Amino acid sequence: MEQEKASLAGTIVAWLAAFVMFFPILWMVITAFKTEEQAIAIPPLLIFHPVLSSFGAALAQSGYIHFAENSVIVSLCSTALAVLIAFPAAYAMAFQPGKRTQDLLVWMLSTKMLPPVGVLVPIYLIFRDTDLLDTRTSLVIVDALINLPIVVWMLFSFFRDIPRDILEAAHMDGVGPRGQMIHLLLPLAAPGIASAALLAIILSWNEAFWSINLTAAHAGTLATFIARYSAPEGLFWAKLSAASVLAVAPILIFGSLAQRRMVRGLTVGAVK
Amino acid sequence: MARLELRKVGKTFNNFEAVKSVDLTIEDREFVVFVGPSGCGKTTLLRMIAGLEDITSGDLYIDGERANAVPPDKRGLAMVFQSYALYPHMTVARNMGFALKMAGVPKAEVEEKVRAAARILQLEPLLDRRPRMLSGGQRQRVAIGRAIVRNPKGFLFDEPLSNLDAALRVQMRIELVKLHQDLAVTMIYVTHDQVEAMTMADRIVVLNQGHIEQVGTPLELYHQPANLFVAGFIGSPKMNFFPSRAVAVGRGDATLELSPNHALSFPVPSGMSPGALAPGASVTLGLRPEHLFLANDGPLSGQVDVVEHLGVETLAYIKAVNGEMITVRADDLSPVAAGDRVSIALHPGRGSLFDAGGKAIFHLSPA
Ligand SMILES: Nc1ncnc2c1ncn2[C@@H]1O[C@H](COP(=O)(O)OP(=O)(O)O)[C@@H](O)[C@H]1O
Ligand SMILES: [Mg+2]
Repeated sequence: MEQEKASLAGTIVAWLAAFVMFFPILWMVITAFKTEEQAIAIPPLLIFHPVLSSFGAALAQSGYIHFAENSVIVSLCSTALAVLIAFPAAYAMAFQPGKRTQDLLVWMLSTKMLPPVGVLVPIYLIFRDTDLLDTRTSLVIVDALINLPIVVWMLFSFFRDIPRDILEAAHMDGVGPRGQMIHLLLPLAAPGIASAALLAIILSWNEAFWSINLTAAHAGTLATFIARYSAPEGLFWAKLSAASVLAVAPILIFGSLAQRRMVRGLTVGAVK
Repeated sequence: MARLELRKVGKTFNNFEAVKSVDLTIEDREFVVFVGPSGCGKTTLLRMIAGLEDITSGDLYIDGERANAVPPDKRGLAMVFQSYALYPHMTVARNMGFALKMAGVPKAEVEEKVRAAARILQLEPLLDRRPRMLSGGQRQRVAIGRAIVRNPKGFLFDEPLSNLDAALRVQMRIELVKLHQDLAVTMIYVTHDQVEAMTMADRIVVLNQGHIEQVGTPLELYHQPANLFVAGFIGSPKMNFFPSRAVAVGRGDATLELSPNHALSFPVPSGMSPGALAPGASVTLGLRPEHLFLANDGPLSGQVDVVEHLGVETLAYIKAVNGEMITVRADDLSPVAAGDRVSIALHPGRGSLFDAGGKAIFHLSPA
């Protein structure tokens, strides 16, 4: 009896916490279906007739399609680039480790602790001088580099689950490092590579700091889209909410579709 | 053809000497077994021969050519791993044909060779399965098949049967010996199990702490162990050791004192060089269980602790008066029972004597 009460209380607390965390997103979605007058009404309206006019306005005014296209291209290309670099790097670290491999891995992850704003100026200058400001190329490079440590780490741990004997057998069979990567690691670590790639796509899609600072109208992603949207248009809550919903919806849908695959990839080894 | 010659081959892993200056020649078509306790360097030695581990010092010659720097796939040797190391995502057929495919052999030829190897190993019905769907014994066969397909001049096995159950192990042992006869190639087989070594080998190499203790045929090792280590390692149940002191050495026999006031007379071969056994020397008397028998009045005695009836023979584990355990091999009809007080006699002309350093002084052999 006591226990049941305690677990009931725990359930309520958990639901409350989840609701508090989820509330802003919920409120954003609700607001997106209001008119501008309803959106700023005080006290806030909970019961209203939902309209799609804000979505229409957001889509019409601001070139949503263009930004969405940039988001898709940047996240896919940066992920491909990151995986391409991380794959051989993780192979070397997992199967030909040197004395400092462990240190290197830790150091790589520690770069994630550096505040991005600390390197904003140098990076901005590099891209300015190479004429890459406001290009998708600049974002692809930056996003790939940002995600590289995580992708290397994930691939590294997947590779480590692959028995060494298998690669040695291949070595005896006359298959060199390249052949081992293509014929053994790629298929064996495919679930791991997929989860690493999915995570990189999501992180890259959500990346806002660099896209806001390095791009403008031409190469901006959906993160830029929202940031730009709020400023010149004034505070139009309903339209802003609709725009935000449009920005996060694709990745939310993508994420929920990929969720099962990612969780599986993150929790079970590649071969067993 | 694969004749292997190891000259002072050594391996050091950051300051730890795993293999120490091994000299060994393995003749073409020989079945050689490396045996020794776990951690003695068997795998390391085998991996150096395979080319998976660099040789720190010394030279390896394969068919007369120095092979230290030859990459593993160019040595003409195939290896079968303890874990089988099958490619989990490939079918049995693809596992077996992978090396040839990578070497650019035409598809039809690969298929033919795979089928031929599958026939030898009775793997034909399994060719489309993945390793996951095979039993341990079948996986082992596939691993061997993968080696056969490459048509190597030598096979290297690292404890290939240790993951199988006892019955399957016996069966695979016989199959491997048959395979060796059929293929007529050199085989090097690593195991920690002296029974496997005794049953399969043409010659056995006994390793201990990175060096060779003795090389010889199974019966040589059994009857003429070079030292206490080999004497204790080869043979099951183990040889009985009696630390003693030679109190008197005569022409035809010596008096050994096993403990104060307990001496026995032990024959000495006439060919023994004078001085090999000096009066007063500490020695170890080595007697295999079949060198002893239960008698009415033997020089040894004790109380039977455990009796094992194996059908063909009966093993009696006897606690001697001084607390040491003595194993005696009695015949199948022996009425001995646990708790009996028994007296033990020595079969004349059997047994070995080792010096204080553990080296054999002489072995008696029945006339
Ligand atoms: N890669 C390695 N690094 C360091 N020590 C090793 C390595 N491989 C083996 N050893 C050591 O060398 C010794 C011999 O190992 P191994 O050849 O595997 O023995 P065995 O196969 O006879 O059991 C062991 O003490 C082991 O710990
Ligand atoms: Mg081993």
